Amino acid sequence: MAIIVVDVMLKPEILDPQGNAVASALPRLGFTFANSVRQGKRFEIEIDGEPTPAQLAEVEKAAEVLLSNPVIETYVVRVEK
Amino acid sequence: MRIGVITFPGTLDDRDAARAVNVGGAEAVALWHADADLKKVDAVILPGGFSYGDYLRCGAISRFAPVMKLVIEAAGKGMPVLGICNGFQVLCESHLLPGALTRNSDLHFLCRDQEIEITNNTTAWTTSFAEGERITIPLKNGEGSFQCDDQTLARLENEGRVIARYVGVNPNGSRNLIAGITNERGNVVGLMPHPEHAIDPLTGPSAQGLGFFTSILNAMVK
Repeated sequence: MAIIVVDVMLKPEILDPQGNAVASALPRLGFTFANSVRQGKRFEIEIDGEPTPAQLAEVEKAAEVLLSNPVIETYVVRVEK
Repeated sequence: MRIGVITFPGTLDDRDAARAVNVGGAEAVALWHADADLKKVDAVILPGGFSYGDYLRCGAISRFAPVMKLVIEAAGKGMPVLGICNGFQVLCESHLLPGALTRNSDLHFLCRDQEIEITNNTTAWTTSFAEGERITIPLKNGEGSFQCDDQTLARLENEGRVIARYVGVNPNGSRNLIAGITNERGNVVGLMPHPEHAIDPLTGPSAQGLGFFTSILNAMVK
């Protein structure tokens, strides 16, 4: 069994009001380390066995058509050991 | 003339949209998301709501509903399509319209009467208005902030494809106060506020939303 992870993030130029809200909440709680915060989505996809290059290519395709909206988001596909 | 109104699981405004179609003078035809059948309609409305619970992204799953395959094909051949609110989000996810609708800049769900200015009265859905006409109709959404890259924005502006803008304070952070846009051909229109809730002063802030539903009759008669 393996887990394929797809991380989806808003493109840098797209306003992220949720990330901004988190960034402004942190100092209120005494956490002063953050210059800025961007919030994204993480998908964990469980498959049988080790992923083949063909399976990874399929996941890439799914990430492009469904898991992310390429107009506003980018994605990264990786395999979690 | 027959105008289809699609119901997805989670759609809310299909009944108001159908009523607005009928009051406007056309026949509303109920379409179901799972049916690969447009029932010979002349135009289609994608109403507001929370189709598929807004899971993943608003409109992202609706885009793959069986009925949408036919809508995308028909829109490509020139059939008029109007997406209101969630319907606008579905049209963007379907790539029938450029850009995307993201979370309101202040993170709050908005529900209020909103003044908008009609900035293009040549589309299939806006000919009943005068250019520059200001109307007040309800705006109610959590993800209504229109976003796109600079190049797309310049194209929309240069080609006159912004069909409506918010008047006054920007309610949701939309670029250039954009409340609605159209495609290159002018048959597909997406609009964030709700004209179908403003067709009768008894139940809405005005009857000014009716213009969208009478415009489509003009477009068909032509």
